[in-house]
Amino acid sequence: MCGIVGLFSKSTGVEERLGEHLGAMLAQMSDRGPDSAGVAVYRDPAPTGASKVSLHSADPDVEWGHVRDGLARAFGGDPEPEIRASHAVFVVDTDADTAQAWLREHHPELRIMSAGERIEIYKEMGLPSDFVARFALDDIRGSHALGHTRMATESRVTTQHSHPFSTGLDLCLVHNGSLSNHNRLRLELRREGIEFQTDNDTEVAAGYLTWKLREGLSLEQALEGCLDDLDGFYTFAVGTADGFAVLRDPIACKPAVMAETDDWVAMASEYRAIAVLPGAADAVVWEPEPAQVYIWERERV
Amino acid sequence: MAIETDVAVETFDLATAPRRELNARLHALAGVADPQPARWRVVNPSGAHALAVGLDAPVEVEIDGHVGYYCAGMNKQATVRVRGNAGVGVAENIMSGTVVVEGNASQSAGATGRGGLLVVEGDASARCGISLKGADIVVRGSVGHMSAFMAQTGRMVVLGDAGDSLGDSIYEARIYVRGSVKGLGADCIEKELGDEHRDEVSELLAAAGVEGVDPGEFRRYGSERKLYTFHVDNAGSY
Repeated sequence: MCGIVGLFSKSTGVEERLGEHLGAMLAQMSDRGPDSAGVAVYRDPAPTGASKVSLHSADPDVEWGHVRDGLARAFGGDPEPEIRASHAVFVVDTDADTAQAWLREHHPELRIMSAGERIEIYKEMGLPSDFVARFALDDIRGSHALGHTRMATESRVTTQHSHPFSTGLDLCLVHNGSLSNHNRLRLELRREGIEFQTDNDTEVAAGYLTWKLREGLSLEQALEGCLDDLDGFYTFAVGTADGFAVLRDPIACKPAVMAETDDWVAMASEYRAIAVLPGAADAVVWEPEPAQVYIWERERV
Repeated sequence: MAIETDVAVETFDLATAPRRELNARLHALAGVADPQPARWRVVNPSGAHALAVGLDAPVEVEIDGHVGYYCAGMNKQATVRVRGNAGVGVAENIMSGTVVVEGNASQSAGATGRGGLLVVEGDASARCGISLKGADIVVRGSVGHMSAFMAQTGRMVVLGDAGDSLGDSIYEARIYVRGSVKGLGADCIEKELGDEHRDEVSELLAAAGVEGVDPGEFRRYGSERKLYTFHVDNAGSY
């Protein structure tokens, strides 16, 4: 069992309190996933030509200033990190691929959680309510966010095994369910050049989406491909630079509920995670259909 | 079933008191000849699970909002009305009494129900009435895929449409659908709608408070009795 939440703001009021709402939703999903929690938040786009990278350090005594100095020397600018618990987010004055390549070479001890223009990923072991406090989610403003609470069923409980999983620039995946053909699929995807950090099944789904998108498919087409190529149970939520998408497998054992008001669109494993949002009692609430892709995206101005 | 104004209504606020207290107070009425209070209004459910489960007294409980999983599960005698949507497994294993969902119900509504009546005024999603064992279910909207899977006995009336694999591996339950059926499950076939079936649909619609619907508009579905378990030659295998 796991818990998924997603929140997409349609008003500045929700944008300003995005992290607070997200934290409240995550806390409601604690008993669906008490062993780890994670979020992907979309906000503060990096300037044109620059990119944003979220990093995790397993070493609590990490010197982020050292990383900053190296990035400044390599790419210029003043990449002052925003530090939250074991994570730091850098805005680097180069494109995301170059920034990631540099970080892999010079800081192999750090783990790149996400890269892109807007995305930030934070995830860690422990109770969701502790995670919310430790990462000070209440301070976070943003346009939209996804969250996950994990109860591990098929692989270890570590930070790396937690969700969300990055699936490419500004993309991430959270999953409730389990996949049964992930070992074979991982081998096939490795042959296509997709890299994996863990033996986790969800990471394979993330890698699958990365591959399909790299091949030029749209997000909707890539998700529809999941229906043919992934064997197992899933409710997926996929974060994109401009919104999020939801897909349930055709059997649809794993729950999902969606809701919308004039101020927000939300999805969650259970309604009680939506009930904490302002105006939830008057929201339009529905259950997403099995095997149907739902996509919510804001129009870029 | 509307609450009369001259009868005292006990209001229970889940924003200020725990769910276990609500259920414990309702359970304390089991077996009491004239349970008091007999009428309850539950406010601020906020999607909480297992509300008003295991009741066994002729009480009326109205829940003012959306509920989580297994609301009114195992219900006996009581009338439970949800003024909102219901999560997974509403009225699961209902034994008697009536459960009404004014909004939509999630999957497995009325699963394994043995008696009583479940009314869903909106849609019910997948697996509605799965393994039904004698309860009646009336859905004013549509039902999702695999509804009435392995339903043994009992009746299901759907005023809207049914999803794929309706009545898969059904035994002796009877299904009536007014709209389209996306697909029938294994061993489930359409059967003739006779006068006794029209009467049965009328009776169930009346019990659910549905008016102005012609029972002749429904189609009846049930078991073709061709699966392995129906062959007497296989009886010795068990």
